[in-house]
Order: sequence, then C-alpha cells, then structure tokens
Amino acid sequence: MIKMDKIKKIYGTGAAQVAALKNIDLEVKENEFVGLVGPSGSGKSTLMNIMGCLDVPSSGEYYFEGEPVAAFNHNKLAEIRNKKIGFVFQNFNLLPYATAFENVEIPMIFMGMKAKTRKSRAMELLDKVGLKGRAHHKPSELSGGEMQRVALARSLANNPRLILADEPTGNLDTKSGDEILAIFEDLWKQGHTLVVITHNPYISERAQRVIHLIDGTIENNGASS
Amino acid sequence: MKLIYLFRLFYRELKGQKKKITLTILALAWGTFSIVILLAFGEGLKRQMIKAMHGLGDGICIVYSGQTSKPYRGLGKGRVIRLQLDDVELLRNRVSGIELISPENDRSRNNMTYGRKSLSERVIGVYPDFEELRGYNPDQNSRFINDLDILNKKRVVFLGTELKKRLFGEDEAVGKTVLINRIPFLVVGVMLDKMQNSMYNGADVDKAAIPYSAFKTIYGDKYLHRLIYRPEDIARAETVKNEVYGVLSQKYKFDPTDKQALEIWDMVEEEKLMKNIFLGLEIFMGVIGGLTLIVAGVGVANIMYVSAKKRTKEIGIKMALGAKRRHVLLQFISEALMISFIGGGAGVLFSFILVEATRVLPLEGDVADILAHPVISFKIMLLTAFILSIIGFLAGIFPARKAASAKPVEALRYE
Repeated sequence: MIKMDKIKKIYGTGAAQVAALKNIDLEVKENEFVGLVGPSGSGKSTLMNIMGCLDVPSSGEYYFEGEPVAAFNHNKLAEIRNKKIGFVFQNFNLLPYATAFENVEIPMIFMGMKAKTRKSRAMELLDKVGLKGRAHHKPSELSGGEMQRVALARSLANNPRLILADEPTGNLDTKSGDEILAIFEDLWKQGHTLVVITHNPYISERAQRVIHLIDGTIENNGASS
Repeated sequence: MKLIYLFRLFYRELKGQKKKITLTILALAWGTFSIVILLAFGEGLKRQMIKAMHGLGDGICIVYSGQTSKPYRGLGKGRVIRLQLDDVELLRNRVSGIELISPENDRSRNNMTYGRKSLSERVIGVYPDFEELRGYNPDQNSRFINDLDILNKKRVVFLGTELKKRLFGEDEAVGKTVLINRIPFLVVGVMLDKMQNSMYNGADVDKAAIPYSAFKTIYGDKYLHRLIYRPEDIARAETVKNEVYGVLSQKYKFDPTDKQALEIWDMVEEEKLMKNIFLGLEIFMGVIGGLTLIVAGVGVANIMYVSAKKRTKEIGIKMALGAKRRHVLLQFISEALMISFIGGGAGVLFSFILVEATRVLPLEGDVADILAHPVISFKIMLLTAFILSIIGFLAGIFPARKAASAKPVEALRYE
C-alpha cells in the first residue's frame, strides 16, 4: 500500500535546523492495522502528514500504491487525499458552521458526486457510526465522542483504502474511546488499511503491529519476523 | 461547491466583520449609485438635446446665400450668390432624392394686432413642406399652410405657441382674424409646443408663418433668405448635398468646389457631431464612476484578505478532505462577487428610486426640460454589472490565490 525509503524531514534552516524524521524506512501492506506510538516530539504526526500527502519529505522517496508521490502535482495530491485516504484528527477538525450531515458530505462534494447519491451515502455513514438521529446538529451541539464519530464517518465518505488516524481517542473519555475503537476494528475487518497514532494501550493491543518512533527514528517496526 | 455553504459562509463572515462589510457594501452602493446616476442623467440629457435639436428639423439642410472665394470661368471672386424662388423648382426637378423643400423669408418687428393687443413680431413666408421640415406641427383643430394658400396668395397665418399665448391668452385663436401691419390675416393653425435648442432668428414658437406667395406680394423680396430641404434617405444625405451644390453652381456659375459660394447648415452632420460629444461625455462620466467603484473594490479586497487569514484552518481542513485549488479560489471569488453585487444592487435600487422620483416631480422650465429626464438604459445596467463583476473578481482573486497557495499541513496547524 505505502512504502517509505530513507525519508527525512527537516524543519528550519541553519543553526535552528531540527530533524523531525531521520532516515525512515517503512512499509505498510494492504489491510494492515498498524499502531504508531512514541513520546511527543518523536515525529509521529510529521510521519503521518507525509503518509497522508499533506506534507512533503525533505529527502527520500515515498511511494503510494507503488507510485512516487514526489511526481504528483497539486491536483493529483488533492485527488489522492480525496479518494484514497481518510483522515481522523485528534481535534476532529469539523467545519463549525456545517451540520454533521454536511460535514460528511464535503469530501463527496469535492469528488463531484451527484447530490442524490451523496445525500443517501452521508446518511448511511452517519447511521453506521450511530449518529443518524444527530445528523442535523452542528459540531457545537455534539459531544466529543459524537464529533469524533462524525469525523470518522467523514473519513469514510469516498470509501478510501487507507485510513490515517492521529490520536483518535486522545480527547475522548474511555467509553467513547471504546466505541471509536470498535468501529476501527470493523473497518479493518472490512478490508481497510489502518494507521493509527495512539497512546491508548488498547489500540496498540488490537493492532497487528506497533511501530515505536523515538526521536525521529524507528526504534521497533513491530514486524513479527 | 454547494451554494448553501457559500451563503452560510458569507453570513458567518458578515457577522464576524459586520462593520467592515457594512461600510464596504455602503461604499459599493454609493459608487454604483454615482455611476448609474451620472450615466442616467447623461443619457437623459443626450436624448433631450437630440429631441430639442430635432425641434429645428430632423435630418434637414439649410442653404444660405454666400460669396465666392474662387474665380470661375473669367468671373472674379467675391461675387455674392443669392438664392431665388425658382431655385426651389430647379432643385426639385434636377436633384433626385429630395423629399421636402421650402423657401423661407422673414421680417421682424411687424405690427400684429388682435382686439386691443398690439405686438411687434416676426413673420416668415414659407411653403407647405415647411411644416414637416421644421416641425411646425399644428395642434388640434388647426392646420398649416397648404398648396391652395400658396396658389391663391391667401392671407392666412399659422401662429407659434408662445405668440398665440401672447396674442390670445387662453382663448381659441383658429378662425379669428389678426392684423399684420394692418392687413387682415385669418388664423388657420397654432403650433403644438415643442423643444428647440438650435435656431436662427429666435425660437419657432414666437413666429408667425404665412404663405410664401402672400409674403412676397406684401414685402416684395427678390431673393430668398434661405432654402430648406430634406433628403429622402439620410444615408444619401452627403450625395444629395453635393448634387444640390452642383446644380446651383451651374446656375449661378461658381466653382462647385468653392465652399463659400453658398453656406449649408447640415443637421445630419451636426447630429453626428453632437452624438460624438455625448459619447465622449459618457465615457468621461463612466470613468469617474468607475474610479469611485475602485475605491470600494479595495475595501472588498481588504475584507477578503482578512477573511482568508481567518479561515486558514478551514481551508486546511478542506484541502485534507480533497479540495483542489480551484475549489478554494471559487469560494473566495464568489464571496467577493456576492459582496460586490449586494452593494451594487443596493446602488442600482437607489438610483432607480431617484430617477423615478425625478420623473414624477412636477419640474418645469427650460432647465428642467433638459435635465429632469434621466434614463436608466439597458446599456447602463450592462455596463454597471460588468464593472461590478470586474471589481468583485479582482478583489477576490488575489486573496483567493493567497489562500489557495497555502500548504495543507501548515493551514491545518493554524489556530
């Protein structure tokens, strides 16, 4: 699914240079459930941003489905983010002025899906995360767990193969966290590839493999072999 | 992008930058108002001026006597060329394409008496064609001089609107007899009131017209003061004018290229010139209005910059969800356009109200005749919409490009 070859990410210039990622070699296969753990500042989010085509590495090659991402232009990158990757953020990143339903619709609007299909799919997804009854509420009227479920539903809008989640349960209570987790497991069983940054020991337990990142390098890539 | 999002976004921006947006919309409304009003009054002025110009006659040429400036076939220069009555028939027969033609002679300070009123007025002697040539339109129950009047040298008179008022007040004039220099004349017609801004020897509404034959008998004029004709086809006006000149040069033996031998006042040419002057005036007023609008456009751009900055995070989210640059561009440009058209719409509305109010107001007098007829034409509306679109687009495109060039990861991090 994705492959990283000697990926480096350096912030700043000159004396103020900070290497967030140092020579990362990594491969995630189709339908893997990968946990990404490490202390704060270890480069987890930077790695995930590069995986999600939101950021570009300073050096090294990143291959998405076998193709070098460096060769893609803005529109192609937007298309990949739209169709092939689903993001779930720690702070949800919902649009505050749009309802739960409209938030879920957004990726499908960018894809150019027909209104009728889009609306029925948005409702179906909200139903899947158990929020059908809250579809027309705005984020400010939803609890943290509900917001994260909306974000999850939104990430699934265009049925992406890769789902990237950055501490999806970090801002949630245990019960809500467990609900989100259950959904993740379902998605994995349905064939999605999952990469989840987490501090939550339960997620790390359920993941197929856990990658430990420390100070910009992979300490343990969790491969069983 | 869904339209309802755009409206909701715009509403949210409106709440967030209420004062700034209100002021900008006001500036746009004012700019639009000034441009539309300037052009509407300009258009009204033009139409009234042309109407008033047609008060003298639509598409006519007036030929006067002149003096040769070139020697011709042994004749020296400086000869005075005077028109004669038989020139009318000569031109009618020799020049094809003359629709109407009439001689005109006049005398001022004629004693004109009705009852106890005695005035000193100008009298002209003309042919029946003069009615249409010069817009001497009779009002109800009256007529202009006709062929029989000419043939029989009848003592009938057609009174200008103002002259009639001076002589008869509000009373009926047709059928009454007035004395002109103690000679009785029967009033056969009174002129419909008309606007006129081009004239010679005073306004038509102050004159009394009598048959040319009667005029000649009374005053004994040997030469014509002037000769007026109208070509059938305005497109051929130039050709007809040259033919008229040619025929007369033959008769009076002057060089047909001698432009001073006869003087010709060409209304077609004059109208063309006036239309050009007004076009220049319109462009000038449009530019002034446009400049006012540019100031408002800067306000829109300012708002869009602030808005783009405040929405950096939102743009980041959208990009993470697959928004392409054009989606971001479209959003900002359409918002800038929306602000422009709301302001512009308000401006147009106010101008409509003012224009309609001006039309309804009971303004009278020469100045009001010319000024108080503003017209908002389709052309003006189109021009205004065009300028507003350009301004909205320009005010939106730069902030939009800045917003769309944001890196997704940085935009997402923005708080």
